[in-house]
Amino acid sequence: MTKPIERRAVLRSTTCGVAVSLGLPFMDCFLNVHGTALAASGTKLPVVFGTWWQGLGFTPGRWIPKKVGANYENNVELKAFDPFRDRMNIISGTKYFLDGRPVETHTTGWQIAATGAIPIGGQSGPSLDMMIADVIGKTTRFRSLEVSLDGSRGSFSNRSGSVRNPSEPSPVALYARIFGPEFKDPNAAEFTPSPAILARQSVLSYLKDERQQIMGMVGASDRARLDEYFTSLRQIEQQLDIELQKPAPLESCVVPGKPEEAPPRSTIGEVAKNNKLFGALLAHAVACGQTQVFNVVLGSGGLRKPGDARGWHQYTHDEPVDDSLGYQREVTSFIDFANGAFVDFLRELDGMREGAGSVLDRTVIVWQTDHGYARTHTMDNLPILTVGSAGGRLRTGLHVSAPGDPATRVGLTLQQALGVPIQTWGALSNETSKTMTDILA
Amino acid sequence: MTRRVLGNGLIAAAVCGLAALPILSSGVAESAVQGSAPEALVRRLTAEQYQNIIADVFGPTIELGGRFEPDMRADGLVAVGASKVSVSPTGLEQYETMARTIAAQIVDEKRRGMMIPCKPAAENAADDACTRQFMVQVGRLLYRRPLTGAELDAYVGAAALGAKLTGNYYDGVGLGLAGMLSSPKFIFRVDVTGSKPDRSGEYQLDSYSKASHLSFFLWNSGPDAELLDAAASGDLTTKRGLARQVERMLASRRLEAGVRAFFIDMFGFDQFSALAKDTTLYPKFSTKSATDAQEQTLKTIIDRVLIERGDYREIFTTRKTYLTQELAAIYKVPLATIQPNGAPDSWEAYEFAPEDPRAGILTHASFTALHSHPGISSPTLRGKALREVIFCQKVPAPPGNVEFDLVNNVAYKTARDRLKAHASEAVCAGCHKITDPAGLALENFDTAGTFRTTENGEPIDTSAVFDGKNIKGPADLGRAAYEHPATTSCLVNRIAAYGRGGVARSDRPWLTELESAFKKSGYRLPELMKAIALSDQFYRPAPVQSAPETSASAPPRLGTVTPVSTERRQ
Repeated sequence: MTKPIERRAVLRSTTCGVAVSLGLPFMDCFLNVHGTALAASGTKLPVVFGTWWQGLGFTPGRWIPKKVGANYENNVELKAFDPFRDRMNIISGTKYFLDGRPVETHTTGWQIAATGAIPIGGQSGPSLDMMIADVIGKTTRFRSLEVSLDGSRGSFSNRSGSVRNPSEPSPVALYARIFGPEFKDPNAAEFTPSPAILARQSVLSYLKDERQQIMGMVGASDRARLDEYFTSLRQIEQQLDIELQKPAPLESCVVPGKPEEAPPRSTIGEVAKNNKLFGALLAHAVACGQTQVFNVVLGSGGLRKPGDARGWHQYTHDEPVDDSLGYQREVTSFIDFANGAFVDFLRELDGMREGAGSVLDRTVIVWQTDHGYARTHTMDNLPILTVGSAGGRLRTGLHVSAPGDPATRVGLTLQQALGVPIQTWGALSNETSKTMTDILA
Repeated sequence: MTRRVLGNGLIAAAVCGLAALPILSSGVAESAVQGSAPEALVRRLTAEQYQNIIADVFGPTIELGGRFEPDMRADGLVAVGASKVSVSPTGLEQYETMARTIAAQIVDEKRRGMMIPCKPAAENAADDACTRQFMVQVGRLLYRRPLTGAELDAYVGAAALGAKLTGNYYDGVGLGLAGMLSSPKFIFRVDVTGSKPDRSGEYQLDSYSKASHLSFFLWNSGPDAELLDAAASGDLTTKRGLARQVERMLASRRLEAGVRAFFIDMFGFDQFSALAKDTTLYPKFSTKSATDAQEQTLKTIIDRVLIERGDYREIFTTRKTYLTQELAAIYKVPLATIQPNGAPDSWEAYEFAPEDPRAGILTHASFTALHSHPGISSPTLRGKALREVIFCQKVPAPPGNVEFDLVNNVAYKTARDRLKAHASEAVCAGCHKITDPAGLALENFDTAGTFRTTENGEPIDTSAVFDGKNIKGPADLGRAAYEHPATTSCLVNRIAAYGRGGVARSDRPWLTELESAFKKSGYRLPELMKAIALSDQFYRPAPVQSAPETSASAPPRLGTVTPVSTERRQ
């Protein structure tokens, strides 16, 4: 590890325009996750992990395929996924365990899905995506990117109970963050380390020196919180390190045009438009080596149709089951919309071609929800979807039935597939060491 | 782990037919600080505090150029949640961006003459002596204490290195300043406990931490130079010296900013940033309406409690308020303006007629619109807000496995009918008695806060039995809030926790004393603030707090039908 004083010594010995990067360590960003191949060489590109958080479940009897295993036929509510059937998995039957704790509707399920446990006293472990990002995301400019489609800054991505990664609700702001002036085009012919970034880096190294002093002033719990500040600081430093390196060429990287967004609100037209913009931006971000982890919150609760007094969430409670149909008509229309939005998002990833494959091919996205059936807030028979094979690390095209098993089995399996060195994940009854071997390649 | 205890009286829960659970008045955490010298409390500056400090130190025209991480709410307050949060990488990226943006403005050609108290020997090289002067001056205000020698050396060194890298003295100073603004010592407020216990054997904060406590409490910003001088001279350790500063700060115009900040926090006005109404159904409710709605309530409160020095409880009954044309359109009242043609909309004093059902802040759009769904009003959400926000009573989350078949908009035209049908189910029968009566009394207001007398063509009945009292509608509900004992005890609890960073079980005697002083003053808020600012307990290290309730960055809670306890015991 480079000590601050050493870095400053290096920087002091240089002047603007000199190839300062020579004094800095060779960056791992040229390696794939195995650390075996340079991305620039055209060999296997690194894996990508994504989450899609869509609340309010599906309708019992309308989503589980009749056939278990391969070659299943999608049930009516999942017909929209037909084009991706062989590149995804449906996991049915799992549940969230409460262990006697009171259920906080539309909250507890998310907590278990994201972290494997119900937080105690506000204390929470890192979320699934952070566990994975710490393995596959260390060498990208952004350890992870979070977006929400409903205008909120809500997120299920967190380092701990006191550090939640806020979502970006605006595609225009996300564009500026990724492809703004600090973006270094990997395919640009020229590269000169920016003196401004060098200077910023030198200042941040002073902040790192404050750690010991401020830690000595506070108690144990506050030390943990302040330590999280310094963890964030290390990530920013790493970001600057990467910006000081000439990036390896990435054939498929094209800087997209600045999007023209719909206002970030929660009516379906705006959500549909922003969803496609976010999908395209994240696809470009991956193709340009900016991140390998992303999180998308659909924000189902507030989703509405213009001019309708009720939204999706209210309909799940207010709308009676239509006797002739056997399900809630309006609720189902929202489920159809949301599934269509997810398919649109997948198309954006798949549309970003990388040689013979696409961004989606080296990605796995896990789709999770808060309740099996929102109308009665059930915590069992949960739908879970995974899409993409993460570059061949997962088998796809399967319907896996796991009745009564903890939903955390899926999170455990994905972490293991992406290189997180864990044998068990979750707490109490949500703890599992049972890898979902059906989908592990 | 902390456990909540009784505040304004315990409500025992008969949650939807389940076993009774102890439900409590929220906001009081069990004491976690006893015995030896307690730990210092660390709080992240709220967005508003950060902005206020920058405006105080560098002037109000400085642009921040970034966005804050969402704050977190715990025990009903962002001020308490501030001791539960850290900084995410995304958040630090923003802090660092803001620091550079601010610093660039301080050293630009337009401002450097005013901001930097000296000229460098040469503009293309470092000048440590000049930088040191600047850093000493601003560092004291930003860090709320003098910089240590090591800190000063570090930032002067950073500026020198910056000057070398950029070839420009001012850019170097800017980099040093950006470092200072990105530092955890600026972003976090660190309470430092004094080295010795006081006469009663208990520890107090050191003088500079006392100054910060006072300043953030009364002005919602860092201490000014005079307060820091008082801290340096030891004045804040004497009763007379402390009283002198408290009097000065209470008499300052800046007190209004402090009082506003407290009510913004207590009433959850930060939630307005996510408030949306269906523009097809409610075209008059715009972003400006939402902004004006908050301001209407704040102006009404400031008018009552600060300008008129009135009884705090009157904010729930006063017919006097302020309106803009935007709000007048929502309230459907004519508003005469005395502005010349073409002048921007302004605030006009307005008084609802004595027979008008609109009286008090519970009838403002800041309450009725904020606690509604985007497309429809919600008696349950409004009633829950009254219990939790105004009375500090905790309402539990709804249980799972509830059937909602009967609550549909086809068979029942009014909210009362819908809820009645819902509550007719055994599993829910006991659930809505606490929240719904107050909410039903406010059904004269649709989700945008517009007055109405019918819903779907049916007359709206706003009568209810609220905590044993028959009420006939919105104005009666305001009167009931005025008379409710929880109204004042909740205010005392919240403002004490707001100032101190939390309250604990061991604070109960202190809170009781404050309640008594508040009552004796005729419920004058400035008197309560003064009593807090002069009390020893205010300067004792704050307790470890209970778990956070919500985070602005957490996905919005979706629950709508909220079962609550029905039984109340003292």
